[in-house]
Amino acid sequence: MLKLLARRLALGLLVMWVVSVLVFVATEILPGDVARAVLGQGVTEEALANIRERLGLDQPAYIRYFHWLGGMATGDLGTSLATGIRISDMIGDRFWNTMFLATASAVIAVPLAVMLGLVAAIWAETLIDRFISITTLCFISVPEFFIAALLVFVLAVQLQWFPPLAFVDTNAGFFARLEALILPIATLTFAITAHMTRMTRTAVLNVLSSPYIEQAILKGASRFRIILRHALPNALSPIINVIALNLAYLVSGVVVTESVFNYPGLALLMVEGVAYRDIPLVQAIGMIFCAAYVGLNLVADILAIIANPRLRHPR
Amino acid sequence: MTDAIEKDPLKSAPGSKQGRAASKFRLTPVGWVGITIVGFWILVALFGPLVAPHAESDVLSNRSFAPIGEVGRLGTDYLGRDVFSRILYGARMTMGLALITTLLSFTMGSTLGFMAAVLGGWTDNVMSRVNDAVMAFPSIILGLMVITALGSSLPIVVLTVAVIDATRVFRLARALAMDVSVMDFVDVARARGEGVWWITLREILPNTMSPLAAEFGIRFTYAILFIAALSFLGLGVQPPAADWGVMVRENRLGISFGATSALLPAAAIASLTVGVNLIVDWYLRCVGGQSAEDMLK
Repeated sequence: MLKLLARRLALGLLVMWVVSVLVFVATEILPGDVARAVLGQGVTEEALANIRERLGLDQPAYIRYFHWLGGMATGDLGTSLATGIRISDMIGDRFWNTMFLATASAVIAVPLAVMLGLVAAIWAETLIDRFISITTLCFISVPEFFIAALLVFVLAVQLQWFPPLAFVDTNAGFFARLEALILPIATLTFAITAHMTRMTRTAVLNVLSSPYIEQAILKGASRFRIILRHALPNALSPIINVIALNLAYLVSGVVVTESVFNYPGLALLMVEGVAYRDIPLVQAIGMIFCAAYVGLNLVADILAIIANPRLRHPR
Repeated sequence: MTDAIEKDPLKSAPGSKQGRAASKFRLTPVGWVGITIVGFWILVALFGPLVAPHAESDVLSNRSFAPIGEVGRLGTDYLGRDVFSRILYGARMTMGLALITTLLSFTMGSTLGFMAAVLGGWTDNVMSRVNDAVMAFPSIILGLMVITALGSSLPIVVLTVAVIDATRVFRLARALAMDVSVMDFVDVARARGEGVWWITLREILPNTMSPLAAEFGIRFTYAILFIAALSFLGLGVQPPAADWGVMVRENRLGISFGATSALLPAAAIASLTVGVNLIVDWYLRCVGGQSAEDMLK
């Protein structure tokens, strides 16, 4: 068991390393002159040479890579090109803002989605299942900014229940902050609940197709009992995977949502970084998001192993 | 994830799905709604600019964010341009870009996926591992990073989205082709001495057509959403072009005081993607194929 966990952890680290190589390749080695990209057209050769030296572009790529990776690993995220401020100082508060938004959304979305998914599976192919299926399909299909714009239009402008923008007062108490963020949280919740609901339904129905369920049906057990007692324990590990996978939608959801509500989080900072072509900043935040993504999948793997005895003893 | 066949095992009976092709495609209400919406937008994309009352960049009035019905048919945007005309023009840009992107990602993804499955061995291994590595990224983050490095221009945005999307197509195409390539008729073709291309085009492609067709619809909506998100962030299509994502971005400041000029293009995108997904949902129910959410990732 411990050996298995250690192996998963090692695998997670390996994935992170591959991700770091790709981040580096994607931002620095792709064709195109980074220095010119940063400064734009019509600059002097001295300025170009100057920025190349600051970026370390005069050194070969692999040395720059190890330098950068070493910095990342030790918490030195580098200096922003656009502002000249240390990136770790720029990130500070924003990191926690994003965490707050994402956690609050996940805490609401996960139980809601599992419940709806179970309801859809228990009453599969009935009207309520069809209703959940079509509604979630619509929410999957529409862009996050549409959900956001609609919520603002109806709840903030027409009904005036909530503020239309997400002003953050870091001194405000927990509930005051939560209240200010109701619309962004609602947007994210809508965006990820739909996916999770549908996949939970599929996972449960998948288990339902195994022979031992047929046995339970033949035994005369009720549909309700079959799902909760027979199917759910075995569906637990796929459901956990589904949840982790969909929390990853939080990442893309967060990028758009923060921009709509002008919420000072990491994703908004990253988008600003992309606009200014602030490569070190984009790399650093990109790595943080990827680490969160890989970490979530790792946690899901481990929970799935704990939830499923068969995975604990691999052949 | 699971390659589950979405049907209720408690109810469905085993039975032949073949030989009922004609009755299979009965239009359900869901199918009707989907086809109507998508058909409407296709007509708009083709003929919209011909019937638009104003050009896409004409400033209609000096009032920005005029409400519906006061200036123009659907009000004006932040520069006082006609929202109605810009939505008509935008259909072509938004749908055209997404279509090009999807065609590209499909060509790349399915060709490579089929090759990986047919060739097998280390070719498959290398291709699959590289694919896994790219898929280890949240796609929008990867897209943002590539755009930082290469700058934002239309060809780069289209290519970036297409490559990221192609990884999903690759995985599906490879999995489908794997299933088919162990069938007896493929063995027979191999024994006959047919080449890789022949086997791919004549044996594998026809037998993977219906899941791939559904996947095309899903990837198309994904491309619309991805490009629209980038445009909304100011990194995709650039103003003054009339594109629905750009329109949402330009007018986003109006949202908080109730202007509809950002809501309408967002609703246009939403209706189009919902429409396509309804068609895919209907189609999958007809052919009894893989569920949409299994492939959506």
